[in-house]
Formats: sequence, structure tokens, C-alpha cells
Amino acid sequence: MAYLFLCLPLLMAALAAAVPSNRWRPWLLPAAGAGHFTLTCLTLARPAWWTTAAWLALDPPGRLVLLVVSTLYLACAVYAVAYLRKRAERPNRVFCVCLLAFPGLAGLAAWSQHLGLLWVAIEGTTLVTAPLIYFNHTQRSIEATWKYLLVGSVGIALALLGTFFLAYAAVHAGLPVSLAQADLAALAPRLSRPWLLSAFVLLLVGYGTKMGLAPMHSWKPDAYGEAPGVVGAILAGGVTSCAFLALLRVYRVCLAAGEGAYVSRLLLAMGLFSMAVAAIFMIGQRDFKRMLAYSSVEHMGILALGLGIGAPALAGTLLHVMTNGLTKGVLFLAAGNIHRAFGSKSTEQVAGALRRVPLSAGLFLLGFFAITGSPPFGPFASILSILNGAIGAGRLAVAGGFLLLLLLVFVGMGATVLKVVQGRDPGPAPAPPYREPLLSVAPVALLMLCVLLLGLAMPPPVAALIRDAAEFLEVRT
Amino acid sequence: MTTLLNALLVIVLVLNFLALGSGRIASVIRTVAIQGALLGLLPLLLHAHLQPPVVLAVLLTVAIKGLLIPFMMFRAMRHIRIRREVEPLIGLQPSVILGALGTGIALLFADGLPLAGTHARLLIVPAALATMLTGFLLLITRYKALTQVMGYLVLENGIYCFGVLLVDALPLVVEMGVLLDLFAGIFVICIIVNRISQAFASLDTRRLAALKE
Repeated sequence: MAYLFLCLPLLMAALAAAVPSNRWRPWLLPAAGAGHFTLTCLTLARPAWWTTAAWLALDPPGRLVLLVVSTLYLACAVYAVAYLRKRAERPNRVFCVCLLAFPGLAGLAAWSQHLGLLWVAIEGTTLVTAPLIYFNHTQRSIEATWKYLLVGSVGIALALLGTFFLAYAAVHAGLPVSLAQADLAALAPRLSRPWLLSAFVLLLVGYGTKMGLAPMHSWKPDAYGEAPGVVGAILAGGVTSCAFLALLRVYRVCLAAGEGAYVSRLLLAMGLFSMAVAAIFMIGQRDFKRMLAYSSVEHMGILALGLGIGAPALAGTLLHVMTNGLTKGVLFLAAGNIHRAFGSKSTEQVAGALRRVPLSAGLFLLGFFAITGSPPFGPFASILSILNGAIGAGRLAVAGGFLLLLLLVFVGMGATVLKVVQGRDPGPAPAPPYREPLLSVAPVALLMLCVLLLGLAMPPPVAALIRDAAEFLEVRT
Repeated sequence: MTTLLNALLVIVLVLNFLALGSGRIASVIRTVAIQGALLGLLPLLLHAHLQPPVVLAVLLTVAIKGLLIPFMMFRAMRHIRIRREVEPLIGLQPSVILGALGTGIALLFADGLPLAGTHARLLIVPAALATMLTGFLLLITRYKALTQVMGYLVLENGIYCFGVLLVDALPLVVEMGVLLDLFAGIFVICIIVNRISQAFASLDTRRLAALKE
């Protein structure tokens, strides 16, 4: 089954490379997205399909991330057709090939039970997304791509070193060396401590760079700001979720080794710091796509924080992977429409979007309320659950800081979002005027519906998925 | 065997200084290629029983690090007509001194690390740490995109050097993946480097400063 998840997207990518027509090629995207989504749903419903080989199996967090990536990807794939039709002047072969290959690598990350293979998959997602950021071929997009590649590669190199350290922890303790997750969890209590702990630091920094935790987030505002909205959605909801999945697996090994206290101190510090950095840079932010990038930094911080709190907040954190991923999709795709309608992403030129593109601006506003944790949307449920966990674990100072930073972010982000959607239309629209095509609004609306559903009435299969994943991570020592 | 291995690692350390001290990009590329090829040979010296997969991995590593990557870098260099790293953030001599300091710290630090049995007598861990520090130094202090890529390659060399301790333990698939990623990463970076030169007419990353708060 795992091979199918890897091969289907790669085959589609090869097909896209062969299709000569710039006009018809993008239609492969929704086909691949629908295929991948169907495959994901079928697989999630059949436990017998969850193991393909010793190194390729779906653990509960892998299933969760696969579902998030697949749902988000379907919406983005449909949206991309409308986007690429608007950008018919640009050749889209490389863009389509890379976008088609992405779910294959993300799927490999979800399936891989071997930390080395996982590393290969995560590096692969970096490589296929770099040309996507570069789509516009402007000076600014080159700069963003360069920073993304360089910072991302250094991060991924440190993650590799961390993986080596983890293997050496077994060599030093004289244990059989394996990077398979099950073996590591079983052997964890006997691993050499100094090597294990330094491995965790390196892996946290390495995969944290891919997630965009502060202070390794420097590439993020540039990449998200310059990339097309649809790529921003894939990066903020898909790539970051895969990197977090890698961190989850490493976290589980450390927990099994009985190093929960050390790990959670690091995660809490990193999480709160990321939220604080995001809040500071979001205040007075004029570029609404960069604002979304800082919002992503903030939410990666929330994920790290939730993981740091540990068992009482785990279910909330895992739910947050889902709610954040889908809501980021809504925000970036809607922001892409607004960007297109005004030809600018600065609040100096953009105002009154509710008049010019009512549907996209409305969804953008709803997405803003959702991501800042307003009821009744999904993120409200997950953030509340993390907060409850913090209080339940007796970490009142953390809970207080968390609330304060959420409030700051709400104020900072709200000011920018309201400037974009409200007010008077600043005047002549770029020619030809942008009318919201159905294909660029419907997927966003459907994603928003999913976010709302997660907040109002959690579908039982999703609830079971999150429960399983939380149980999987709570290793008793 | 241990003496030979340590002698090889000393050469690797010396190559670090050469990379830090030369202003001509061509000589940096050559230095890093030699370093990569030498490191690629390490598994042959470390392991008494040579299995076919290990030999294959060695051949691949030497071919990629020693031939393919320098070939691609030279091509990129000719393409953009840049020869020298002019005005690095830190001058060439100071960066060699910093590199020496880094190497000293790496030696001291590695002394304190708990190593498994036979590994303690080898210079592998200090050499790996020193090479990684050199890579970071090149990445941070150089402005030309090409030299930054070389810095990244030196960093990867350092990590590979540490990985040699694990050749027995990690299956070949993973090593192949590692090499493939390295190759693919450089490939993409080369393409981007070409684009940078077309768009900027100079390969100076200081010009990449439009995006900031």
C-alpha cells in the first residue's frame, strides 16, 4: 500500500512532465489530489492495509498527518487549476511536476517507520517545494528561494547529524543498532544518555527549522510572502505537519527513555519563544502574507508547547495539527485571491476587499477568527484543550503566558486583517478585473466547512484517530 | 590501520584551513572535492571485513563528492564568470585563525565525549566537529552564493565523517539516500545559482536583501 502512496504521485508527476499543453497540464493536479484523497480514506478505514514492510507502516500520528495533508492537498490541487489559468503567461511544467510529487514524499514521511527514511522524505519535501516558491521568477522570489534552500538544508543537515547521534547512542551502549521506531522505543531505556540528549537537541533544531520554530524561522516570512498562495498553503499546512510528525516520533523515543522532563523543558521554552517572536512581528505588519507566515510560526510554537506540556495536552496538540493545517489552507488560499484582485499584498494598497472580492475576503475573515482561536471553529477546541492540559499539569505560568501571547496575536493580526477586508476600495483594479472563479473559492469554502465541523461536531472517526495517536505517544516507563 | 586513518584525518583537518584561507573559488572547490573523496575512503580503512555493499557505497561517495559535484560547481562557476570571493565578512587570515580556534575547541570537546571502545583512539569525532564548524564559518562569513554552497558541502563532509562510525550499523539504503539527497540538493542549488546570476549579474548574496522587516 505504501508503494502506491509513493508511486501514484510520482507517476502523475512524470505524466505532467510529458504533457505538452500548458493549458491542460494543471488538470492533472485535481485528478492526483482526488486519487490521493480516495486512497487515504480507503487506507484509513482498513487496518489490514497499515503495514506494508518493516520500515513502511502507518502509526497513529502518521495516519493523522496523512489525512491532514491529503485533505489540504485536494483543496490546493483544485485551487491550483484556477490559479494557473490566471497565470497562463507563465510556463507551469516545473510547477506542476513539483506540486504533483509533493504528496508522494509527504506520504513517505507518514509511512516511514525508520528515522533515516523519514529524514530522506523530509529532505525530499524541501527539494520539491523550492521550485514552487520560485514560480514567479522575480528577484524577490529568488531571494526567498535561496534563503529557504540554504536555511532549510542546514536545518536538515543538523537533523541528519541528530539521527546519527541517535544511532551512536545505541553503539555506545553496546546495543544492536537500529533506527526503526519500534526497536528504538524498545531499547530506549538502555541508550547512552549523553548521545540521546544531544541527538534530541539536534533533531529539535533540525526539524524545528523545517517547522519554522523561532529562532530558526528566518526563511519563513520570505518564503511564504513571495510564494503563490497555494504554495503557502502547502508549506504551512503540509510541510510543517510532516516536520512535526518527525519531531513527534523522536519525542516518543525520548519519552520511552525516561527523559520526558528534559525534553519538555526544551519544547516549552522553544514554543513560548516562537509565540512571542511571532506576536512581536505581527504587530504593525503591513504585508498580509508575511503576517500569515508569522501566524504559522506562532502555531508551530503552540504545537511545540503542547508537546512540551505532555500527556494532558497531547490530544489537543494532535487535534491542533489538523485544525491548524486546514485553517492555514483557508487563509493562504483566500489571501492569494485577494492578492490577485488588488495586485498587491500590502495594507497600504489593499483595503475594502469585502467589496471587491466578497467571498474570498469573507473566508479570509472567517479564517482569521478561526486561527486566533475564536469559537466555534476547530482551533478553538484544540487551543482550549491545550490550555486545559497546561492547567491540569499544574503549569499555571505556562498557561498564563500562552493566553497572554494568544491575546497579543489576536490584536496584532486583527489590525492587519481588518485593514485588508474593511474600509473603502482604494480605486482602479488591475486590468482585467479579477472575478472570483468558482474553482478558486469553492475549495476554500469546503476547507472552512471542515474547520467549522472540527469545532462543532467532531466526526467520530477523526476523534478515534486522535485518541489513538495520543495513546500511542503516551509511553509509560 | 589506526595510524593511517588518523593521518588521513589530519589531512582532512588541513584541508579545512585551505578552504578557509583561499580567496579563489576554484581552489576552494578543489579543496572540498579532495576532502570529500578522502572522507569517502574512510570506511575502507575502518573495517577489516569488506562487504560488497560497503565497497559500493565507497565508490559512489568518492565519485559523487570527488568528481560529480566539483564538475557541476566548476560548470556553474564558468557560467557566471566569477573567480574570487571579494571582501568576505571576515578576512581570509582571521577566518583561518577562527578555524584553528574551532579545531582546538573540537579536539577538547571530543575528548570529553563518551565514545565506544575502539573509537576513542581515532580522530574521527574531533575531525567531524572541526569540519562542521569550518562549514558553518564558510556559510556565515562568505557572500558569494557559490562559496556558501561550498560551505554547505564542508558541513555535509563533517556530518559524513561522523557517519563513518556507523557504516556497520546503518543499512546501505539509507546511505544511498543520503548521497542522493546531497546530490539533489546541490543540483537544485546550482540551478538557483544560475538564476541568481542572470537576475543580478553578480552572484553576491548581499544583494539579496529586499526581504526584511
